[in-house]
Formats: sequence, C-alpha cells, structure tokens
Amino acid sequence: MKVLLIAEYRDGKLLASSSELSNFAQTLNAESAMLLIGTEAALPAYDGTLYLADIAQAGEFNPSVHKQLILDVIAKEQPQLVVLPHSSYGWDLAPRLAIALNAAQVSEVVEVKEGELIIPACNSKLRRRVKPETEISVVTLQAGAFTPSEEPSGSPTVIKLEATPNGDIQFNGYEAAEETDVDLSKAEVIVSAGRGIGKPENLEIIEALAKALGGEYGASRPVVDAEWAEHSRQVGTTGQTVSPKLYVACGISGAIQHLAGMKKSEFILAINTDKDAPIGEVADVLAVADLKQLVPILTEKLSA
Amino acid sequence: MKLLVCIKQVPDMESKFKVNASGNWYDMADLAWRMNEYDEYAVEQAVQLRQQVADSDLTVLCIGRDQVKETMKKALAMGCDRGVHILDEASEQKDSYAIATLIANFARDKGFDLIFTGLQSQDRGSAQVGVMVAELLGLPSLTTLVDFSCADGVVNAKRELEGGTKAKVSCSLPALVTCQLGLNTPRYPTLPNIMKAKRKELLTIPAAELSPPEARLKTLSMAPPEKKGGGLILEGEPAELADKLIQILKEKTTVLA
Ligand SMILES: Cc1cc2nc3c(=O)[nH]c(=O)nc-3n(C[C@H](O)[C@H](O)[C@H](O)COP(=O)(O)OP(=O)(O)OC[C@H]3O[C@@H](n4cnc5c(N)ncnc54)[C@H](O)[C@@H]3O)c2cc1C
Repeated sequence: MKVLLIAEYRDGKLLASSSELSNFAQTLNAESAMLLIGTEAALPAYDGTLYLADIAQAGEFNPSVHKQLILDVIAKEQPQLVVLPHSSYGWDLAPRLAIALNAAQVSEVVEVKEGELIIPACNSKLRRRVKPETEISVVTLQAGAFTPSEEPSGSPTVIKLEATPNGDIQFNGYEAAEETDVDLSKAEVIVSAGRGIGKPENLEIIEALAKALGGEYGASRPVVDAEWAEHSRQVGTTGQTVSPKLYVACGISGAIQHLAGMKKSEFILAINTDKDAPIGEVADVLAVADLKQLVPILTEKLSA
Repeated sequence: MKLLVCIKQVPDMESKFKVNASGNWYDMADLAWRMNEYDEYAVEQAVQLRQQVADSDLTVLCIGRDQVKETMKKALAMGCDRGVHILDEASEQKDSYAIATLIANFARDKGFDLIFTGLQSQDRGSAQVGVMVAELLGLPSLTTLVDFSCADGVVNAKRELEGGTKAKVSCSLPALVTCQLGLNTPRYPTLPNIMKAKRKELLTIPAAELSPPEARLKTLSMAPPEKKGGGLILEGEPAELADKLIQILKEKTTVLA
C-alpha cells in the first residue's frame, strides 16, 4: 500500500501533526510520500520523498491551489490513501479532494484495527468500523490518535513544486486570540463548568469550589459561546491546553475537542449525571451525580 | 436573494445508545431527537440574512424519515420561508457523499445565491457534506465560520483555527458556508411564530427522485469503544459521595495538603 501524507503549515510554522501522519503510515506498514505547502526553512523530520511547494506562492489559505498541488502529486505517486490531519486545514481540504478524485472519505480516524479504519460517532459514545469502496480514499486523522512514541528523525529528499495562483477564495490575514489576564496553564487546580450547569447563575458554585481548592475556574465551549464565561477560560482545542494537578470537570460530556485540552492533567475528577459520558474515558474518578447538589456539598466540606 | 439552509435531525447526545440488530448503526428507537447543534447556527445566520435583504427567500432542507419534519418545523418557526423534506427511510445507510449528492441534485439549477450548512453533524461528525455539496455544484465554500457578513455580493467571514486564532476570508456569491458553534446566538421560536410555521409550505420529495448514488464508504459495524482507562465510577448520596471524593483527593493528589 502507498499513502500520500499532507503536512500542515501555518503562519510560519510546520505543525506537529506531520509526525502523526508518518506514524500512521508506519502503523499501516505502508510506503509513503509527503507533501508540504510551506517553506524550506521548516522541513519535517521525515525519511522519504517530500514534495514541497512554497507557501508564499501557493497562498497561506487557498483551498483551490492546495487542492490542485495535491492532485498533481497524486497523479505522480498513485497512492491508495491520501492522509490529512483532522484539523481546520484538513477537514476543509479533504472533501474537496474526495470529490475531485471520486474517492470515499473517512473522517477522524482514531485507530486501525486488523487493517480497518475506526472512526468515532455520537460524541465518541460509539465507534464505527468503516470500509472505503473506492480505489483511492481520503482520510483525516484525529489529533493525538497517532502521536509517535519517539520524536521522529530523518531528513527528506525534497522535490520542489510550482504553484499556479488562482482560486475563488481570498485570504485576508489572521486574527490572534484575544489576550487576557487569566492564565489557566499556571493553575494547579482547575474546576471547569460545562453545559450541564444549566444556567449562568450556577457558575457561582463552580467558582466557589475552585476557590475552596485554591484554583481557577475554567469552562467548556458552550459555556463560553453562551457568554457565561470569557474565552480565556475555555479549555480545549480552540481554547487553552492545561495540565493541572487536579482537573474537575462538572457537567462536561468529554468531547474530543475538550479532552485535547485537559487529558494530560495529573488527576481528573468528573461530576456528571450520565454514567456513560465519554469524560469517563479519561477521568480517574467519575462521580455520577447532579452537580447542583454535589458541588456545593463538596465545597462546604472542603471549607470546613 | 435565494437562500438555502440544510439541516439534520440527530439524537440527543446524552441518550443511552444501543447498537441496532444489523450491528451497523445505532438503534433509532427510544431516542430523543433534535436539530443538529451546528445547524442551529446555520439556520440563525440564514434567517438574519433573510431579514436583512429585501425580497429574499429562505428554504430549509432536511433529509430523513417522516419524523424529521418535527425538526424542520422548528427551522420554519425560526424564520425559514419554506421547507423541502427529502424523504429517505434509511439515510443513515448513505455516506456523506450520497447525502451531499441528493442536496446538490436538488439545489442545481435552482439559483441559490447562498447555501448554509452546519460544520458537521453531532452523530457522524464527518464535516464532509457541506463542502461536498459546494464542490458538486462548483461553488466556492468557506468552512468553520465563527463570524459572517454578506453585502454587495461578497461574503466576508472568519474561520476558526486551533488555539482560538481566526483566519479572515472572503468570496463572491454564489457560495456555500459551513457554520461553527458560537457563530451567533440562535433564537428560540416564539409561540406566534410556531403557529405561523404550521401554515408554511413543506414539500416532500422522495430521495429516489434525486438520483441517489451508491455510497462510497460502508459502515461495517458500530460498537461502544473498548474501555481503556480503569477509572473509578462512584454513585450514591451527595454527602457520602463528597466524603469519598475528599478521601480520594487526599490519597491520590497533593492539592489538599
Ligand atoms: C472544531 C471544534 C473545536 C472545538 N473546540 C472546543 C474547545 O476548545 N473546548 C470545548 O470544550 N469544546 C470544543 N468544541 C465543542 C465540543 O465538540 C463539544 O460540543 C463541547 O465540548 C461540549 O461541551 P459540554 O461537555 O459542556 O456540553 P455537552 O456535550 O452538552 O455535555 C453536557 C454534560 O453535562 C451533563 N449534565 C447535564 N446536567 C447535569 C447535572 N445537573 N449535573 C451533572 N452533569 C450534568 C450531561 O450528562 C453531559 O454529559 C469544539 C468543537 C469543534 C467542532
């Protein structure tokens, strides 16, 4: 089997997902080649052929140009799988490639089992074993699912590509995340509120528990989206990544995008009414309870 | 301006899921159903644009069994003008490509200026359908939007990237956009609007009339994940639970020292 790996580069940096791509190829025992639309100054540690197109020429975010560059390399390499990270870059580009190639697309692979691809369903409460029916397929990998155990080494054999600028989407620059004074990454204890708090007033009991434990309070995305907490409190892929000594997840289901931001915490306590909530996968203790009852009692006993 | 918003009915993710008899999907019985969360943002954005632009018309489209009409009624009550229900008794057996083809076959030649979809559905989470519809129709598509405006035939938007950075992007109409959580604040339908929605046109088209293709991706099986972590599950009275938790925190962590 032959796979083509599409590395991701953004704003002057090669993203770490490139090592997950090559590790995935190794998991499959597949021959691989890599394509990077980036710069020569930031090449991945990779043993093999690397097709390199210059980001300045191709455009930092230009799906039409990136798609064409990838299709050109596919024509040369004839892979059976085209592999991208399941990121804002990958999930944007993958369906464009799948349609152009008449290929099946497999999103967010978490595991390869007996040569078959496994993907999550229903907020990771279920897993789907899937089979592409096409000769070539496009797959994206869940962030962190194929992290290599060792830092990759090696230096690629570079083949340069020329990009022809075109496309119907204009990229007008980046906007950085807002700067704020809360730095969750420094807190030893974080108590986070999820949608399970039900209403903004209940954030107070979360804050009180955080205080009783000498920590900060955090939040899952719906709480931030509803403007019950500021964005700097958000834990997850599109917020902060934290690894405190204790993380208490209150009314948080445990979506992969939340887990990505807190699963490296030393000790995880989850409080949830749903015994099957996926947060149970990473929690050291899952207390099956209504947070509105348990959290205040816990705070009271801790403060006594 | 002609607008289309595509929505999906999904089970509440807090449901207890069981696998169906064929072992290749979740059992659809005894579940609470609702509008896919991402699509609520798509409907809200489409309704806002509909209200902003004079002489515009907003169609809501949904594929699935007869029961999806309940969810479509919510979208009509939020402010869509008309509904198109693509009746498919087994849409869960179609892959994203087949679903996207049905939508594209419906939308082709209808002259939609802008199509809205959610970034992804909560049950499959593939994030494929929207972009595939656009590619099949030859339209530009902007994905993962957390900010949107449209004026003078141009969409100006912000895509959300990892870590909270945003990319500012734009394209000309006709186009398709996929909506991310937090794009806006979806409205709750008011009672008068719920009543009004009952009189709105809701057309049903059998999926077979839209030339559904063979799925390119087959689901071999579905199952709960194997439990990896040996995490402790505690149940009981809150006061007892609190005592146990404090005991555990004292033993296993240093934060109470
Ligand atoms: C590209 C992308 C990026 C994302 N980035 C992030 C991110 O950075 N951070 C993030 O958090 N999410 C992120 N998300 C969203 C993520 O997918 C989930 O939607 C989100 O994490 C869900 O938040 P939640 O667990 O609070 O809510 P839900 O999933 O709705 O879970 C609520 C939980 O509360 C429990 N509950 C309800 N009532 C009670 C009660 N009384 N007592 C105790 N428990 C109760 C329920 O059983 C349930 O498990 C992102 C999604 C995408 C697509």
